[in-house]
Amino acid sequence: MDFAQHLPALQVIVPLLAAPLIVLLQPRGFAWAATTATAFFSFAVSIAIAVRILAGDILRYEMGGWFAPIGIELRVDAFSAIVLLIISGAAAISLIAARNSINQQIEDHRQPLFFAAWLLAIAGLVGMVVTADAFNIFVFMEISSLAGYILIAGGPDRRTLPAVFKYLIIGTIGATFYLIGVGMIYMMTGTLNLEDMAQRVVGIEDQRPILVAAAFVFIGLALKAALFPLHVWLPNAYTHAPHMVTVFLAACGTKVAVYVLLRFQFSIFQSFGEHLLQFALFLMPLALLGIIVASLVAMFEGHLKRMLAFSSVAQIGYILMGASLMSDSGITASTLHMFNHALTKGALFLAVAKFATQYADLRIDSLKSAARSMPLTSFAFVIAGLSLIGVPGTAGFISKWQLIMAIMETGNMGFIMVAIVVISSLIAVGYIWRVIETLYAIPTDDLPDDAADVSVKPEKIDMLLIALIFTVAMNIYFGLVPGLPLTLAELSSKILLKVEF
Amino acid sequence: MTIVFAIFLLTMLVITAVAIVQSSNLFVSVMLTSIFSLLMSTNFFVLDAADVALTEAAVGAGITTVIFLSALALTATQEKPNRSGRGIALIVVGLTASLIIYATFDKPRLGDPDAPVHQHVAPYYLDNTMEQMGFPNVVTAVLSSYRGYDTLGEVFVVFAACIGVLFILDARTGTGPKYVTRKMTGLRHHLIPQVVGRILVPFIVLFGLYVQFHGEYGPGGGFQAGAIIATAFILYSLLEGEQAALRAVPRSAQLGLVICGALMFGMVGVLCMIMGGEFLDYSVLMENPVTARQIGIIVIEAGVGMAVCGAMLSIFHAFAARSAEDTDEAV
Repeated sequence: MDFAQHLPALQVIVPLLAAPLIVLLQPRGFAWAATTATAFFSFAVSIAIAVRILAGDILRYEMGGWFAPIGIELRVDAFSAIVLLIISGAAAISLIAARNSINQQIEDHRQPLFFAAWLLAIAGLVGMVVTADAFNIFVFMEISSLAGYILIAGGPDRRTLPAVFKYLIIGTIGATFYLIGVGMIYMMTGTLNLEDMAQRVVGIEDQRPILVAAAFVFIGLALKAALFPLHVWLPNAYTHAPHMVTVFLAACGTKVAVYVLLRFQFSIFQSFGEHLLQFALFLMPLALLGIIVASLVAMFEGHLKRMLAFSSVAQIGYILMGASLMSDSGITASTLHMFNHALTKGALFLAVAKFATQYADLRIDSLKSAARSMPLTSFAFVIAGLSLIGVPGTAGFISKWQLIMAIMETGNMGFIMVAIVVISSLIAVGYIWRVIETLYAIPTDDLPDDAADVSVKPEKIDMLLIALIFTVAMNIYFGLVPGLPLTLAELSSKILLKVEF
Repeated sequence: MTIVFAIFLLTMLVITAVAIVQSSNLFVSVMLTSIFSLLMSTNFFVLDAADVALTEAAVGAGITTVIFLSALALTATQEKPNRSGRGIALIVVGLTASLIIYATFDKPRLGDPDAPVHQHVAPYYLDNTMEQMGFPNVVTAVLSSYRGYDTLGEVFVVFAACIGVLFILDARTGTGPKYVTRKMTGLRHHLIPQVVGRILVPFIVLFGLYVQFHGEYGPGGGFQAGAIIATAFILYSLLEGEQAALRAVPRSAQLGLVICGALMFGMVGVLCMIMGGEFLDYSVLMENPVTARQIGIIVIEAGVGMAVCGAMLSIFHAFAARSAEDTDEAV
């Protein structure tokens, strides 16, 4: 068996088949170790895939030995590769850091089921990315969504369940809309393979079903991606989920929906009429509104996790704004921001998870002077916060800079958009500063200073802290040496715009 | 004649749907959704989709209703009066419906042989199934071989649903119940359902096995068979009570069925890779590719059946155990 040839398949089936195994063999502590090992294996596979892609290959795999469009084909190019890196990297880092936090939040006997769901979530997300088949995307979307609901439902708070229920209903509507859209395209083209579909869609005379299909696919995936104003499920889901689940989902959950959305818009609907222009005109105002409104809400939000969740909604706005420019540099910026935002938000939520080990209440006010007892975590939060704002030297700067460059290319209208990016970055300074100010506030209690210092417990160095520091270091590394994600992002935009293959 | 029948069915479908929304009694709504599924199943049958009709009847009208009812046992039967937002909901649904209707103006005529769906991949399946698989049911061929990867995905959707219910309801997966209840459960004191049900159970299982193993030649396959067999066990537990049913098939066995089913399917795929083919390429399993595919399909269909049956039973018993606990606490 040639290992290299099976890479795209292994990416999906290893976490998929590991899930039932973990439920089957449930000795104590095994679930976490096996899940983490599987996640690292997945990460290794996606690195191997990325290496092949950078060498100029496009990986194809015929499932069941049936050629497309008869069977299901897996197809991995640069755009898929960068998203695969995001998913499996986020999974590996959040899982290795997760042990103590999960032990705190999930009872022992429920852990095998919980970790099995985590593996299914990984398998579902990567399954959506590697496949080149519209219906297969739906199947894996179902797996990842169901697993996502289970993961979020693990939250300790009773308010978790209403949050999950809302997400479940909205997520199901999103998936159903996607399926209706795919059904209509199938009706008019007779195929489910994406490449085949893109070719056959061109010659169709009766365009109404395709037009309506485009609307259904767009709205369905926008619901999943939490595009403003369809984001209402996200803040509560992120806030009440177990902390480590928030790290994982915030880093990659919505981005996979964005990935599928861009694939459909650029490769299938691109070929017909003025679709791209309409898509841009529709998407851009939503993206801009999302950036401004969600940032403002984050500004006035008192709960740390919910504040970061609203900031995520704004970041989805940035990603889609880049795409709505319809230019090479715009899509490059957009793809790059997917990668960098995963790093930044992952680091921020890791810091939140670390705070949660000592502070039960995560409202910003109750974290007062936390920097005294948790200096490393607080410092890491500051760096990751700078990356979120987009300060030079961090990963966040690179993608925002790319985005502004892409906007400037568009000419006259560009200044308004640049203004919006700058204003929202200033708002980000506002909300991040509010947290930093609280963290580093001088304690105002009556005790003499020396006594207070002695009573403070020293920060425990565990895997969570190490993972946090590693992720923050990556934020700086990719801010100084953005080569790898930038190359992949540039290749992605060429693929989406069909400049070359 | 068919068209009259179809219009009648579709009209009934709309009426049922409106009734479901209108009714504030949840019990009534659940029964109506069951009728809705049955009507839908008949519709599929009118459209000559026998496999889908069988699935819809077994899963939609059968098991889903039972699971809804057991969930209902945990909550109130009356919907809370909440009329806010109904106007907006109606507008959104109306808009969506009119969009879909707008799209159908250009849709190919029903059954048009020139429609794209009948011109592209479908002829390949129709022409080659007999030669490549050695059996006539094209639907089974598509589900289990040509698009077997989708079916594997669906099995894992069922698996995810099952562990999700167990995780959220926190039903223990260990052996045996935590305590023994003395009180009579089930329908033991009702003589007629008892007698009729007892006669029915073995026949339902037999029919399920027929659907399972005849799937290559007639409508049916793992999904339908798993649901039908699960129905038999659920009927048994309704008649004899929760405890007796758990003695017959303990919780660990139910979960074991799901896991083994899912793994069996996956492992066949992995075996194909080891033997030098692609994942789920059954033809490499033996020298003669047609026989190899048949064997592969029988094994994975068995896996599908086990997984679906186990998942349905696990979900049902998770709800049933929860309601038993609640009544105990109340007493």
